[in-house]
Amino acid sequence: MTETIGFILIVCGLIFDFSGCLGLVRLPDVYNRLQSSTKCVTLGTCLILLGAVFYNGINAVGIKAILCIWFIFMTSPTAAHAISRASHKAGYKLWKGSACDKYLEDRQGSLKKEDS
Amino acid sequence: MESIEKSTGFKFRVRLFEFLLMFLIWLALTWTIDPLTLIVGVIVAAGVVLFLSDLFPPNMVLLFTPRRLFWLLVYIPYFLYCVFKANLDVLYRVLHPDLPINPGIVKVRTALTTDLAKTFLANSITLTPGTLTVDIEGEYLYIHWINVLAKDIEGATIIIVNKFENILRRIFE
Repeated sequence: MTETIGFILIVCGLIFDFSGCLGLVRLPDVYNRLQSSTKCVTLGTCLILLGAVFYNGINAVGIKAILCIWFIFMTSPTAAHAISRASHKAGYKLWKGSACDKYLEDRQGSLKKEDS
Repeated sequence: MESIEKSTGFKFRVRLFEFLLMFLIWLALTWTIDPLTLIVGVIVAAGVVLFLSDLFPPNMVLLFTPRRLFWLLVYIPYFLYCVFKANLDVLYRVLHPDLPINPGIVKVRTALTTDLAKTFLANSITLTPGTLTVDIEGEYLYIHWINVLAKDIEGATIIIVNKFENILRRIFE
């Protein structure tokens, strides 16, 4: 029974991981791609690890998988924040159909103040 | 508050708490009660606390009160629900033939003050539907939003931040 639940969780995780990769290909710019890859890959990988926990039961392997879930939940958003901030500072523009970019406006404002 | 954090007794309690946390993680990772492993674990945990305890949030031990833990237990299911919603949202946008996106970076304001609370807020925002924290400056957060519904600070704050802020304030402040 627990094995079946484990397999179902792993399949769900694979579906989410796949959609994250598909978003990486289809979405237009680096920020939108980070959106899809961060969210889907976080949950997808966590579901796969959770499936491994159900498949193995709570033992040496299961506990390691649970710790990995915790670490992925903590580090994946932080990594996305670091990449998006760095790419904005490096000058990558938003996709041309974007609605607004308050961050660019504020950064240009502070740069002008430093110049004058 | 200031005097409690400076006293040696409090510092010792914090170190002891960190040591126990490290030792628990060691136990979970090795998953044996072999005496030799336990001795190595004590040495490693003590070493980590001795050399790296500056990296831990200094008032973390103050957070472990029943009321805060209760709100943490409320927060986790709500957070997981938001994560699932976020994934279905991305799944819909990616699989839709027309790519229904309207992206942009908006600015929001948070009332949270401690670094730990802001970190949790930023990470929660990143993992929930359509939003990604790009930068934090003081009380302002810059959020990349895949479907911009409100461009001004107040409107975006109400939609993105408020749902988490109320619970996080009860946990961390």
